[in-house]
Amino acid sequence: MRENRRQFLNHASKLLVLTAPAAAAWPYIRAERPQDAPGYKMDEHWWGMAIDIDKCIGCGTCVRGCKAENNVLLTPQTSRTWVERYLVDTDDMDHPRVDSPNAAYDGFPDPGPQPETVKTFYVPKLCNHCMHSPCVQVCPVGATFESPDGVVLVDKSYCLGCRYCVQACPYGCRYIDPRTKTVDKCSLCYHRITKGLTTACCEVCPTGARALGNLKDPKDPIHKFLRENNVLVLKPQMATGSKTWYKGLDGAVR
Amino acid sequence: MQGFEGFIYPNELELQWSVLIVLYPFITGLVAGAFILASLERVFNVEAVKPTYRLALLTALAFLMVAPLPLQLHLGHPERSFEMYLTPHTSSAMAMFGFVYLWYLMVVLVLEIWFDYRKDIVLAWQESKGLKRIIYGVMALGSRNLSAAALQIDERIGRFLTVIGIPSAFLLHGYVGFIFGSIKANPWWSSSMMPIVFLFSAIVSGIALITILYYLISWYRKTPVNQECVDTIARYLLYAFLIDFSLELLDLIHRIYEADESFKSLDFMVHTSLYMSHIIIQLLIGTVVPLLMLGSAQLFKIRPATRKLIYFIACILTLIGIFAMRWNVVIGGQLFSKSFLGYTTYKMQFATREGLLTAIVLLILPFLILAGLAHLLPPWDEEPKTARH
Amino acid sequence: MKYRFDDYEHILRMAGLFALGITAFFIFRAVMVPKDFGEYGHYRAGALADNANFQIQYAGRAACVDCHSEIQQQRAGGKHAGIGCESCHGPLAKHVADATAVVPQRPHNRDTCLRCHTSRPSKPAGFPQIVPADHAPEGACTECHQAHNPKI
Repeated sequence: MRENRRQFLNHASKLLVLTAPAAAAWPYIRAERPQDAPGYKMDEHWWGMAIDIDKCIGCGTCVRGCKAENNVLLTPQTSRTWVERYLVDTDDMDHPRVDSPNAAYDGFPDPGPQPETVKTFYVPKLCNHCMHSPCVQVCPVGATFESPDGVVLVDKSYCLGCRYCVQACPYGCRYIDPRTKTVDKCSLCYHRITKGLTTACCEVCPTGARALGNLKDPKDPIHKFLRENNVLVLKPQMATGSKTWYKGLDGAVR
Repeated sequence: MQGFEGFIYPNELELQWSVLIVLYPFITGLVAGAFILASLERVFNVEAVKPTYRLALLTALAFLMVAPLPLQLHLGHPERSFEMYLTPHTSSAMAMFGFVYLWYLMVVLVLEIWFDYRKDIVLAWQESKGLKRIIYGVMALGSRNLSAAALQIDERIGRFLTVIGIPSAFLLHGYVGFIFGSIKANPWWSSSMMPIVFLFSAIVSGIALITILYYLISWYRKTPVNQECVDTIARYLLYAFLIDFSLELLDLIHRIYEADESFKSLDFMVHTSLYMSHIIIQLLIGTVVPLLMLGSAQLFKIRPATRKLIYFIACILTLIGIFAMRWNVVIGGQLFSKSFLGYTTYKMQFATREGLLTAIVLLILPFLILAGLAHLLPPWDEEPKTARH
Repeated sequence: MKYRFDDYEHILRMAGLFALGITAFFIFRAVMVPKDFGEYGHYRAGALADNANFQIQYAGRAACVDCHSEIQQQRAGGKHAGIGCESCHGPLAKHVADATAVVPQRPHNRDTCLRCHTSRPSKPAGFPQIVPADHAPEGACTECHQAHNPKI
């Protein structure tokens, strides 16, 4: 009898102790929308990306990481992110040589001997998650949009596959996924960043060339990055409001 | 395996818009052009072109009915295409075009044809039997109203519809031009002149098509081709063509002069992968030669029969040239990389959903529909005459 | 000119047809447009959840430390301290979920190291790079270098 009561008290107290975290976790489990999950508040986030060209080693780990994380087809023409290599001969600045073999999934091969006058570097590219995105502007039905926390996303169950947005993107970051026949592109790993993780590409980048930033967080290092460096966006003349800032971007970059 | 040269962004390897998207502005252009020819008679009282009035309306309707088909076949999810009408994104030219199309089809074309043909429909309803009787009855909406006052109302409304139809036709095809012209990411397309260039080339193609159809129908019915009619049409065709040519020349000169960041890449493309379709077919065979032919018919004394032949050949070359222009805009705009450092290729297939065979079928289909429409609603007034012109 | 009803009754029939069509359109619209469309902007609010509910493949470095704290101590202060574990070990969220069922292979293959450290002119000058044929033509790099804290 005593043993049973002790056992009972044992179990009951364990149950009580677990109830508290269970109660805390319950809203997460029940929440169907990130905007409802108490851990993540959309209006506390405004996402951007900081890229440091001087740190990129062209290893392609980001490309592999993205394709593994997001179940992306391995063909080069279906790449959410890729790296470009520039070989700029300073005697011939008008004609940079650029390549991105298999979207840099396997890094880059040896370019062979280069003249002394050549400068060369890598440039990671991805969706710029523009504030005034031309792709969002042209979507006829509202299947692509900028979320309240600044991420340009695709609604795969609503997309018609008309490809107008692919034409409208100046950066070439959108493509049609032949499996879903809808458009696909970098989602800034929305399924990760809404749970406190960083994007897959930033997670695996070995040199810290890529860094996700929350512009609404005053302690986020992206503020220091933007303040203390000369930063550029790609194709600034298009006024897309790109939120992917590059430090060390050369004028030859397209 | 798809090939490319130079550097392209990895996702640019395959073209997004195929020959079906070339077909689409071609077809809507024919619609707009045919309608404007029809409106010449109704609104501007150019009596000479009256023999082509009803033909132009029916042709416009037949082609406009086919216009959505290339779009549906191209979509990844055609079963979702109604979303464009339910939740149209007002900032998207493509979405708003859905309504322009609907307006033009229902209000301008269908209503105008109904008001113009109503008397004939009611008479045919009373005179026919069986299935045809039912069809005519439905078309008449069950009304046998043929009083003088009713016909007068029809005439006035019809005229009103033609008047609003003219800016509607401008809107219809100008919008298609805007769909391309508003894409700042693509320097081959991005231009404020795009809607106007598209519109004038549409007028040219529409007039040319109606002329050819008029010849074919007259040949089929063994009726003479009205000389004054084709002479007048050819004059309007020449005027429209001259404007169209000037606009395209202006665009070219502007590009060459300003030579912005895209110029070298585009220039190279025009001289290599686009050489045949742009320089030879569109410019030489499709524009310069017809212009010379039509111009000489105005400037020199040429026998009427020879003039008729000149018009016919010029119109065929014109249609080929305008199709090539659509090809060069749509396909050309996707052959070069937005990095301006490379090019890809267009691998047009044959018997696939977006292949050449599909395009050919879609081009033939409107003529079949037109034949059906002409059977129900003959676009000619009297019995075939055997008298001389 | 004054028109009698008889004169324009056919127009009313046509107008009625149009009215019917427009009404049908609005009914169709009310039924078919997703209920959460437009909540935040011109899109289906549920798309946010659709994008957020995707399976995670990379657990993130914080998840590894819980069990492998001794490795973390090894790495501290070393040249590889800032690299995420999964950069070399691959996506391991499944391992975090069930450590005994999913056991990752050790990436002792040369390629794991060479894909970063092979000499290429485009890499930043200060980055440690070697020409494999000159430096060590064969064998695992880990024979000499400790991967978690590489120094000779």
